[in-house]
Amino acid sequence: MALPTQWFSQVSAITKFGLMSIPQRRGSVGAAAFGIAGVVAVLVGVLSIAAGFGRAMASSGSPDAALVLRSGADTEMVSGFGRESTRIISEAPGIARGPDGPLASAELFVIINLPKISSGTDANVPLRGVERAALRVRRDMRIIDGRMFEWGTNEVVVGVGAAREFVGLHVGDQIKVGRYSWPVTGIFAAGGGAAESEIWTDAAVLQAAYNRGDSFQSVYVRLKSPSDFAAFKDALTTDPRLNVKAVRQTDYFAEQSSAVTKLVTTLGYLIASLMAVGAVFGALNTMYNSVSARTREIATLRALGFGSGAVVVAVMLESVALAVLGGAIGACAAYLAFNGFHTATMNWQSFSQITFSLAVTPQLLVKGVLWATVIGAIGGLFPAIRAARQPIAAALREL
Amino acid sequence: MKFLPLIWSNLRRKKTRTVLTLLSIIVAFVLFGFLSAIRQALLGGVSLEGANRLIVRHKVSIIQLLPMSYKERMERIPGVAMATHQTWFGGIYQDPKNFFMQNPVIPDEFMRIHPEFILPPEQMRAWQRTRTGAVVGRKTAERFNWKVGDKVPIQSSIWSRKDGGFLWEFDIVGIFDGRDKNTDTTPLFFRYDYFDEARSGARGEVGWYSIRIQDSARAAEVAKLVDAEFENSAAETKTEPEGAFVQAWAQQVGDIALITASILGAVFFTILLVTGNTISQSVRERTGELGVLKAIGFTNAAVLGLVMAESCLLSLLGGGIGLAVAWALTSHGDPTGGMLPLFFFPVHDVVLGVLISVAMGLVTGFFPALQAMRLRVADSLRRI
Repeated sequence: MALPTQWFSQVSAITKFGLMSIPQRRGSVGAAAFGIAGVVAVLVGVLSIAAGFGRAMASSGSPDAALVLRSGADTEMVSGFGRESTRIISEAPGIARGPDGPLASAELFVIINLPKISSGTDANVPLRGVERAALRVRRDMRIIDGRMFEWGTNEVVVGVGAAREFVGLHVGDQIKVGRYSWPVTGIFAAGGGAAESEIWTDAAVLQAAYNRGDSFQSVYVRLKSPSDFAAFKDALTTDPRLNVKAVRQTDYFAEQSSAVTKLVTTLGYLIASLMAVGAVFGALNTMYNSVSARTREIATLRALGFGSGAVVVAVMLESVALAVLGGAIGACAAYLAFNGFHTATMNWQSFSQITFSLAVTPQLLVKGVLWATVIGAIGGLFPAIRAARQPIAAALREL
Repeated sequence: MKFLPLIWSNLRRKKTRTVLTLLSIIVAFVLFGFLSAIRQALLGGVSLEGANRLIVRHKVSIIQLLPMSYKERMERIPGVAMATHQTWFGGIYQDPKNFFMQNPVIPDEFMRIHPEFILPPEQMRAWQRTRTGAVVGRKTAERFNWKVGDKVPIQSSIWSRKDGGFLWEFDIVGIFDGRDKNTDTTPLFFRYDYFDEARSGARGEVGWYSIRIQDSARAAEVAKLVDAEFENSAAETKTEPEGAFVQAWAQQVGDIALITASILGAVFFTILLVTGNTISQSVRERTGELGVLKAIGFTNAAVLGLVMAESCLLSLLGGGIGLAVAWALTSHGDPTGGMLPLFFFPVHDVVLGVLISVAMGLVTGFFPALQAMRLRVADSLRRI
């Protein structure tokens, strides 16, 4: 057994020698590296859809906020209760108080058809009626263009995501819904959350327009602290006058996003795995070529006393280096092409549109490079073994 | 043809390389098949029958209901053969993850307007006799192992009964099949008269209408007439062909066509690089042999043809195997467990796949073949 230092110098000699011969094999090396870049770009790109969607949903709720729905309702869309219930809910223990009373907003949630800018086809855009406390319940909501709507009028403000994705939602536009016309007075941001996909107006005005009487679909509340949730929930569920359930906003939005996230993630991994198999074949091809072009050189080194372990490691190092380079190119390309790209999809729970931005997170980039490393390692392993196992005498004789 | 053995032995010259190239082509075509099936699942729910049908919904949004009385008014409009309605029930069977559609319908009208659902006549008669009867598609029946005669409890997320409960019970009286491969056999349909009488509110209101028109060429015109009929009423309508409705719905999920096309673009571009590179490398290694061929009288065109034939053979072989594997894999149906009921590899995409493999063979072979054709005999023989 050679000394460790000797072994390392053997590995580095062979690796150097492999890397220096790359310019002569640039076609095949380039093809393999690009193949791996493609795999990583597709993997990172598809998963960035799920990451972006999940991020939008995660930033929609905070742990000290809760949502009250009719018991048995999974979404606001199918929930409903009267004024009396919302009054009892707003008096429940644990709710934070502001200058004008408890931080509880009884809300209405309907959808309206508006064409998507990208395709021109109709999409279900959420229209939400809110009460004054809504602005305090959602701390990160702020007007970024125009002004807030006047309470008691049919003016609306539009989430920045909705304004970007759907036709006719700029300040000064009028939204025609049935026989009513709703002037847009402002655009708001909400920390990238789901509210940015929505149009907001005064709940009382929306009740009248939709003949909803004095009924609501949900109550959004802010608690004094996240730990008050249990007491708040118990008070509501044990009250015989109510038939409601309370959920933490963070849990509610996580549940809402699970179907889309699962679908995209499953398909993303499926596609990327298949592509990775293809890229392994590409890498194998390249590395077989690389070792077969150097058959005599490797045999010479082995005749001089280089160990077969050093040959294996060196060939694998070369392969992994190429793969990581390809993976890094793919990850960068995915980042440049997809990060922050605005889009919208359907929230399957409420059949309404939710706008979000694709997110190429650092974790995804790392994951991409890891995949590349594995592809490179597998692609290098078999050629490396072949190179190390060649009978020296025969290889030296080969032309 | 007589050169086939020559082409074949050229491919066998470096077996590992050929096999690896072949495998990467196969993988590309398996992916192609998979993505076609995904696109089909998300966009392909438009049957031929749908060309004769219009969907009429509330203009503001699909969640707003329409009066039942619209049916008579629609059927008086010239060009309309018949109209019937459905309503979204939004039911859950045991677990919200077990998603499938359940809608109340009027049985005979519904089956007449949707001939793509095949229900045995005796089951149809049973449905007409049984007020609480429901018919369910083959896929869902198999998924939950439902048989004719079973009672199934379904929790509606929207509709409460007069007694305040949200739990509805239906008697399975029939199981329907799809006439075409892209007929969705996951829904359950039950009787509207039972539903309307038992629900606590919204009596006489329905979700949307399907209209059968007499002449599919006049779809746009009839749609305009329908919308004009209800203009300025409390419930204005939006009417469009069923295909346009389904496509708009799919667009809400995202631009699936664009996403699948970009992924496939990336895949085929990569494979093109890998295969093209392999072939040009093997041509380079054979410079001497090609020189000999030319020296013994092979024309430039024959050499070009030989190399092109080699790349086309490789590509067609890989494409064929890949498409066959994709066909076998997708024939098991939906890989996500219920979210993509129409998941299959459509025949027109198989044909497209074959064409792509021919095109790939020609493109990858072209430059190496050109290189081989331009070889000068003296140079190539000297190079060894």
